[in-house]
Amino acid sequence: MAPAAPKSGDVIFASVDRVNAELFTLTYGAIVRQLITDLEEVEEVNKQLDQMGYNIGVRLVDEFLAKSSVSRCVDFRETADVIAKVGFKMFLGVTASITNWDAEGTTCSLILEDNPLVDFVELPDTCQGLHYCNILSGVVRGALEMVSMKTEVTWVRDMLRGDDVFELQVKLLKQVPEEYPYKDDE
Amino acid sequence: MAAIYSLYIINKSGGLIFYKDYGSAGRMDTNDSLRLASLWHSMHAISQQLSPISGCFGIELLQADTFDLHCFQSLTGTKFFVVCEPGTPHMENLLKHIYELYTDYVLKNPFYEMEMPIRCELFDISLAQAVQKERVSLLGR
Repeated sequence: MAPAAPKSGDVIFASVDRVNAELFTLTYGAIVRQLITDLEEVEEVNKQLDQMGYNIGVRLVDEFLAKSSVSRCVDFRETADVIAKVGFKMFLGVTASITNWDAEGTTCSLILEDNPLVDFVELPDTCQGLHYCNILSGVVRGALEMVSMKTEVTWVRDMLRGDDVFELQVKLLKQVPEEYPYKDDE
Repeated sequence: MAAIYSLYIINKSGGLIFYKDYGSAGRMDTNDSLRLASLWHSMHAISQQLSPISGCFGIELLQADTFDLHCFQSLTGTKFFVVCEPGTPHMENLLKHIYELYTDYVLKNPFYEMEMPIRCELFDISLAQAVQKERVSLLGR
């Protein structure tokens, strides 16, 4: 039986129930504001957003795999491509582009020109160290960890800090395939 | 006539997180089902090493005289397998559908702890509907 062809991000995005984008932006904004009030330190807020994103990512990846029917990626280039074209499109409705591949093919940058999380947002002077969209870095890290890839995801460019686009650097640290406790010499 | 005998879901470490049986034959108690799940997890792993072809991802179908066992492993390591009557069609599609139900009703439940036994009523309900639909379509042939 032939496997189902992988679906494109647009098709899946169109087929799921959608919510008002402003509700999404407002909800996220409320979360960040509350975290700032509770934690006070900008670095703590960044960490917490990343952790929240991680918890979302570990659950989101199965949804992504189930709905998009993508097959196993051959290398990290394909993985990054799938995240940018299908993943981001499916969940955020925006397509990211991939650039800045390093020589070994283990580090790349995801460029987001449009980001629904930051509609109407301006960072005040008191929050200059804040990575407002840090939840996204956690989501990517969490999702990739569930498919055996340990990664480091950091923001390189941030539109809220004056840059022209959002640039997320994804670095593959190592592949950790499932270890089975069967040793050949036992 | 139950074409589907039972359904198991195993987490990535081999622990049974969901077990449902639909037939009266071969009904097992909790310990037996846990043992069977770990057995299957091990066999699935060993089969990847035994395979003469590289790039094997494990057993997808086991055919015996009195039952068929269809197994689907997600890329995240969670295994879904169903024991059914020999020759039951569409089991792979059913497993994919159950995977989708899992991602919706189990993973999106914020109170569900990852890798723990599934105790989500909504999942049970939609699973029952999916299996019932499958049963009806099988009878209709």
